[in-house]
Amino acid sequence: MAEFVMPTLGADMTEGTLVQWKKREGDRVTKGEIIAEVDTEKAAIDVECHVSGIVERLLTKPGDKVPVGTVMAVIREEGQPAAVPSQTPQAAPQAMPPHPASPSAGKTTPSPSSGGRLRISPAAKKLAAERGIDPAGLQGTGPEGALTLEDIARAATGTVGAATPAPSAERQARMRQTIAAAMARSKREIPHYYLSTTIDMSRALAWLAAENGRRPMTERLLSSILFIKAVALALRHVPELNALWQEGGAVRSERVHIGTAISLRQGGLVAPALHDADRASLGDLMQRFQDLVKRARAGSLRSSELSDPTITVTSLGEQGVETVFGVIYPPQVALVGFGKVVERPWVAEGQVMPRPLVTVSLSADHRVSDGHRGGLFLAEIDRLLQEPHSL
Amino acid sequence: MTTMPSNADAREQILRLLGDIAPEADLTALNPDVSFRDQLDLDSMDFLNFVVSLHQAFHIEIPESDYPKYMTLNSCLAQVTASRP
Repeated sequence: MAEFVMPTLGADMTEGTLVQWKKREGDRVTKGEIIAEVDTEKAAIDVECHVSGIVERLLTKPGDKVPVGTVMAVIREEGQPAAVPSQTPQAAPQAMPPHPASPSAGKTTPSPSSGGRLRISPAAKKLAAERGIDPAGLQGTGPEGALTLEDIARAATGTVGAATPAPSAERQARMRQTIAAAMARSKREIPHYYLSTTIDMSRALAWLAAENGRRPMTERLLSSILFIKAVALALRHVPELNALWQEGGAVRSERVHIGTAISLRQGGLVAPALHDADRASLGDLMQRFQDLVKRARAGSLRSSELSDPTITVTSLGEQGVETVFGVIYPPQVALVGFGKVVERPWVAEGQVMPRPLVTVSLSADHRVSDGHRGGLFLAEIDRLLQEPHSL
Repeated sequence: MTTMPSNADAREQILRLLGDIAPEADLTALNPDVSFRDQLDLDSMDFLNFVVSLHQAFHIEIPESDYPKYMTLNSCLAQVTASRP
């Protein structure tokens, strides 16, 4: 018998609110499949199940707020007999009442999106009208939080039930607190050191322009994808930066999951993982990155994306910033920052010439690595970006 | 037989595509001659998605080197209307 517990989806997550179960008792669930949607301080997250089997019992109700580690469901693994009563685990700790601030579904409330018009498909709107459901209080699962036909159908049957996620102002305040806690912990516990170097981007950008010229419009690449791939490959040379600090020591990760910092349009940020970025093609990474940004902003990230990153890459060039002095996201031990690509005078072959340059910086945990190794890592990123065809 | 959309229609459609990318933005206050990126805080991913949505909505092929021509509402309109047969 396996227990499905409230997962930890970030360095300082202590509790989460069940928004809805995606499975019912008796349903089959396979490993990696979404079993629940959980609301955290940062976002509503689709939580994946860690085992395959039959959902034996659901112990938490939508709207319940429970601490991390609380048993939320019992899953009978393949090949196991059905549970006898004595085998059932202890009931979950007393859950807090559902969020008092949440408007309840079915009541007339303004749209939870910030003053924008309610996003709902015409078919969903029609169904809502037929069933007498007010869509304004519902959580949409479509793009940008749009309400889909399925959402309305679910609300209409009411069998699974959905709690309304916190309104955006409240979520923003809570997200600020979560970021504050993680960053305060980082600065309190991690002895950071910082290195930076300037990289000539002329080869990489020329290659990218030619490559994008060959690609159909929908498959073109952004320069940030080259950065992410270069970081992922450079980690093979300095693997101690691709690690998590656990119980007083660094544990290296065999796999490279790049956390990519994504700013949310209404403030705050998340850094979900691009899994196995070192082994993915640029086209594949680009597609996954686009999907990740879309889902991060719509609030539909998966639990593994938030809990898996082994290093973070942040590109702050969009705002015109040239250099990033990053704060490591615990328990990771390094963060790589890219600034804006700027045209500046550069000396090559004895000549001063204008070249597109980018400043890449490394913030690293001095308990785990030293400046010498960090320097090799940045030099490797530079080398890789001079050979963009090999990325 | 299809009828060509008027400028007003094209303008409305461009604004709708922008609204999909920046749902919280007040597009009625948009200055048509100032870059979207500056007014709507679009990053390069947002802008790429916008250009791709123009490609799909108006059936126009936009080389990457032409992206700067789609930075403002008025320049966008000019491009879209010029592309009509």
